[in-house]
Amino acid sequence: MSPKRLLAPALVGALLAWGLVPTQAPAATLQEFTFDTPAQEQAFRELTGKMRCLVCQNESLAASQADVAQDLRRKVYSMMKEGKDQATIIAFVVDRYGDFVLYQPPVKPSTYLLWFGPFVLVGIGGFLLLRNLRRQGTAPEPALSPADQARIAQLLAAGDDQQDPAK
Amino acid sequence: MASSTTRYLVPLGAFLALAALLYYGLGLDPSKVPSPLVDKPLPAFQLESLKEPGKTLSSDLLKGKVSLVNVWASWCPSCRQEHAELVRIARESGVQVIGFNWKDERAAALEMLQRFGDPYAMSFYDPNNQVGIDLGVYGAPETFVVDAAGIIRHKRIGPIDRKVWENEMLPVIQQHGPKQ
Repeated sequence: MSPKRLLAPALVGALLAWGLVPTQAPAATLQEFTFDTPAQEQAFRELTGKMRCLVCQNESLAASQADVAQDLRRKVYSMMKEGKDQATIIAFVVDRYGDFVLYQPPVKPSTYLLWFGPFVLVGIGGFLLLRNLRRQGTAPEPALSPADQARIAQLLAAGDDQQDPAK
Repeated sequence: MASSTTRYLVPLGAFLALAALLYYGLGLDPSKVPSPLVDKPLPAFQLESLKEPGKTLSSDLLKGKVSLVNVWASWCPSCRQEHAELVRIARESGVQVIGFNWKDERAAALEMLQRFGDPYAMSFYDPNNQVGIDLGVYGAPETFVVDAAGIIRHKRIGPIDRKVWENEMLPVIQQHGPKQ
């Protein structure tokens, strides 16, 4: 073959190699984890879905592509394979990374405000609303002094005279 | 009238309180997650030495002195940024600085120490994040203040500079350091 005919495949090969190498590096997928049963896989996805990746906090541990997330997935996977139950695995991660790794924080004194604060606010708002409504509805007519009453009668009488001069 | 004044002052007060709360929230960094390990003993571990391949170092070696355990890697730009300050701390403060080389390659790590100086009295090597998870490490740099009894007293997430050292680390070290 002529050198020219060799050039094209060489270029394609070089491009492929160049393109392939970087894509091989961050292969943080769930592919390396194999499960005996679909239920086991489901449990793994459920468990890692409950946890937050601390590097990219809006992603769950199940979805994150961060390297540290993959390390933690491996840890969770190996603990599952050892037969540890969910509560043990969650406790393991929380002991090291804190409650923040859980999307659903536990109910305890330091999170009472978080859990019950909204209900308290709605309660206060409802109370104020009801109080105002009731006050408006049942407020008694302000009592008029005898002098005011007399003045009203006088004004009404004068009004009648003006509106109906024929009378 | 008093009641009409309160009618305006109460919502205004509530609004100002909310504004203050939100303003305070703006100053917080959500990427800094408080570690549950503070005020607990440093988990015991054994790792290979970075500088002497094949030699195993134990976390027990830290006991007896206040240590700064610095989690770092050569691929981490902030680690490079804080490196000079660590060298200075090791030289001037008398606090022992312990290296915890994390998810790194030995050759690259050693090269960085050679180029920028080596502040570490001892260097653990954890290329596969075996022990990092036990320490709750999720990024580099992170630095733990560990007292002489092996209790973690503080965790700094992010690089250390002169200001951080003086305002954040030093007070903790003085509080928990040997009483002289």
